[in-house]
Amino acid sequence: MAVPVSEGQSLPGPPLAYDADLERLEIELLLEGVYRHYGFDFRSYAYASIRRRLWKRVDGEGLTSISGLQARILHDADAMERLLLDLSVNVTAMFRDPSFYKEFRERVVPLLRTYPFIRIWHAGCSTGEEVFSMAILLEEEGLYDRARLYATDINDVVLQRARQGIFPLDRMQEYTENYLRAGGTRSFSEYYTAKYDGALFTPTLTRNIVFSQHNLVTDRSFSEFHVIFCRNVLIYFDKTLQNRVHSLFYDSLVMFGVLALGSKESLKFSKYEPCYDKLSVSEKLYRKVR
Amino acid sequence: MADATAVGYDLVVVGTSWGGLSALRTLVAALPSSFRMAVTLVQHRHKDSDHVLRALLQEGSPLEVSEVEDKMPLEAGHVYVAPPDYHTLVEPGYFSLSTEAPVRYSRPSIDVTFSSAADAYAHRAVGVILTGANADGALGLRRISDRGGLALVQDPKSAESGTMPAAAQRAVPRARVMSLPDIAAYLATLPAGSPERVDA
Repeated sequence: MAVPVSEGQSLPGPPLAYDADLERLEIELLLEGVYRHYGFDFRSYAYASIRRRLWKRVDGEGLTSISGLQARILHDADAMERLLLDLSVNVTAMFRDPSFYKEFRERVVPLLRTYPFIRIWHAGCSTGEEVFSMAILLEEEGLYDRARLYATDINDVVLQRARQGIFPLDRMQEYTENYLRAGGTRSFSEYYTAKYDGALFTPTLTRNIVFSQHNLVTDRSFSEFHVIFCRNVLIYFDKTLQNRVHSLFYDSLVMFGVLALGSKESLKFSKYEPCYDKLSVSEKLYRKVR
Repeated sequence: MADATAVGYDLVVVGTSWGGLSALRTLVAALPSSFRMAVTLVQHRHKDSDHVLRALLQEGSPLEVSEVEDKMPLEAGHVYVAPPDYHTLVEPGYFSLSTEAPVRYSRPSIDVTFSSAADAYAHRAVGVILTGANADGALGLRRISDRGGLALVQDPKSAESGTMPAAAQRAVPRARVMSLPDIAAYLATLPAGSPERVDA
């Protein structure tokens, strides 16, 4: 039996004798430095996850400590750029959780038909897979021409990527399956052309998408929306910051507007639960009711 | 190293892959209603799997079985199932989820959950590796053991697939190797602390 674990192998992480309190201090100092020098505020991110990503970057830079990484990123903007990617890129997919999109078609689309104009916010859109999925869905429901999708992320690099509308060709089979299970009514390949190893999505899909940089931690609301998508973004925040962002969403939704969270995220552990009704038993779709 | 028996163990994390469903049912069914640790189960499974695993485990157990959601608190005497297509991270007193890239093709990754449990609960964590056909969990179990926690491994000879426990045994030579029923019985004899406290 070949088992790929050798004696010297280990997970990215602190050495054994590491003092947990000291480690926390180093991490807090690094995040404070990033905030004061570069303006990115990761100070209220979920600790276990940010700690894991920082140690991966320590490894990636060939360093041995968080303090070493702090010195590197403060003096080397390229290293900061690499860290920023580690901290903000999340692995997503088009029509991730097909049952969610199916439910969205059945429960939310009928509500959207009652509005003459629809404003949707994709908060933390990363490389854009979900925005393009929604553009396709609305197109098929005949609603896209009266919709405006605001796709925002903290990271300009991922926004540039999202704007291009090119996704890896080797994932198209998976996305096609997702699309069909999500209730897609056409042939998924109508939406893209294969080029080299990328799938270029038809530019008509981006005609009503506005991409812009927005920081959920520090920026305010910029409009009133009928739907806010924030799926698998809040999981990276600690509870205090989650509540703050929920207050931003609450203020940014019209009355009876819809909040869509990731399938393992819940309003149950936030103080905004009483402000919303559940639109679905199986999916995390909530409607602002008070 | 702190004496765990003086304060008790707060958290058991269990990792398994191939053959895991049957093993988890046996393990969870054998835990008595008086069991006071929080039990977190990480099983490799397809990203679209539904709540069947939770329901099957609940059928055989007097303990409450839940699928983890982000920021769910860790409670004594509860069994938690890591959801498919996310990493489950343990923080002092609650869970966080992550959609970071799969680790060695796995999401959930047993290594990720185990090492976060080691960091959050140190000598008050117990790690258990059961049947499986890859080596996930071995390094995480080592982290638990290195931080003073307890490492248990299913006897590879009695496991449906011995690869994962054998890898864990090699990575953590001082881990205790036992049959599945013995692991359940042994867990029930360990002194339990309280997973809700956050002074780890």
